Amino acid sequence: MSLRSPLGRVLGAGSAKRGVHHWWMQRLTSVALVPLSIWFVVSLLSLPSFDHATVVAWMAGSWTALLLILLVLTCAWHSQLGVRVVVEDYVQGAGARTVTLVSLMFAHTLIAAAGVFAVLKVAFGAAP
Amino acid sequence: MPPRPLSPHLSVYKFKYTLTTSILNRFTGLALSAGLLLLVYWLMAVAGGAHAQARAARLLSLPLVRLVYGALIMAFCYHLIAGIRHLVWDTGRGLERAQAHRSAWLVVGVSIALMLLVGYWAWLAGARAP
Repeated sequence: MSLRSPLGRVLGAGSAKRGVHHWWMQRLTSVALVPLSIWFVVSLLSLPSFDHATVVAWMAGSWTALLLILLVLTCAWHSQLGVRVVVEDYVQGAGARTVTLVSLMFAHTLIAAAGVFAVLKVAFGAAP
Repeated sequence: MPPRPLSPHLSVYKFKYTLTTSILNRFTGLALSAGLLLLVYWLMAVAGGAHAQARAARLLSLPLVRLVYGALIMAFCYHLIAGIRHLVWDTGRGLERAQAHRSAWLVVGVSIALMLLVGYWAWLAGARAP
């Protein structure tokens, strides 16, 4: 027996079965960010200096590069999920809200891609 | 689509510090999103080579930007501890009013201690920066 109203069934405006996805991904990314962000802060502040050679040697380490990529991706994902809720809560009007959400999604994709690209470029020795 | 009410509407609630810890988590989260921008800007500068990094370092070592690092450290410490509190809540624990009040103070205390620790460490690291 379906609990949906006949009108709801005709309009097809029922559950998309994805209601929990956003919430769950926000939790998973936050769990991942606890060790990743602590590692990043400790690793960055332990650098003996911040000149180009030192930073490149640090970023080119296999584990550092890998963890930096995971950090950037997880941060961007977590940020996208969080900022989205803020926009949905406070930006009024369907048009303005849609434009803001799409812009933020593009911005987060750009940030994530740029971060991964930069780390890979350094890790593969292509930074001049 | 009918206009929906703003949620959470900030001006209709009586002040409670549990409300403050909640909205602070949001503000610090937004600040850290901006911090991610700064991090990726720096990573791109490093990938651009020694000259690009030196050019970026001129901007990144401005006194105003150093203040931003301080704010980001505070935001990170708070968001980390408050986020762990949220994860504990998600297991169904600590949701009673008295427990939530206690954990609000715990979050403030622990995050301030962490801010001092990381802040001091970053201060030492900042002295090594160009």
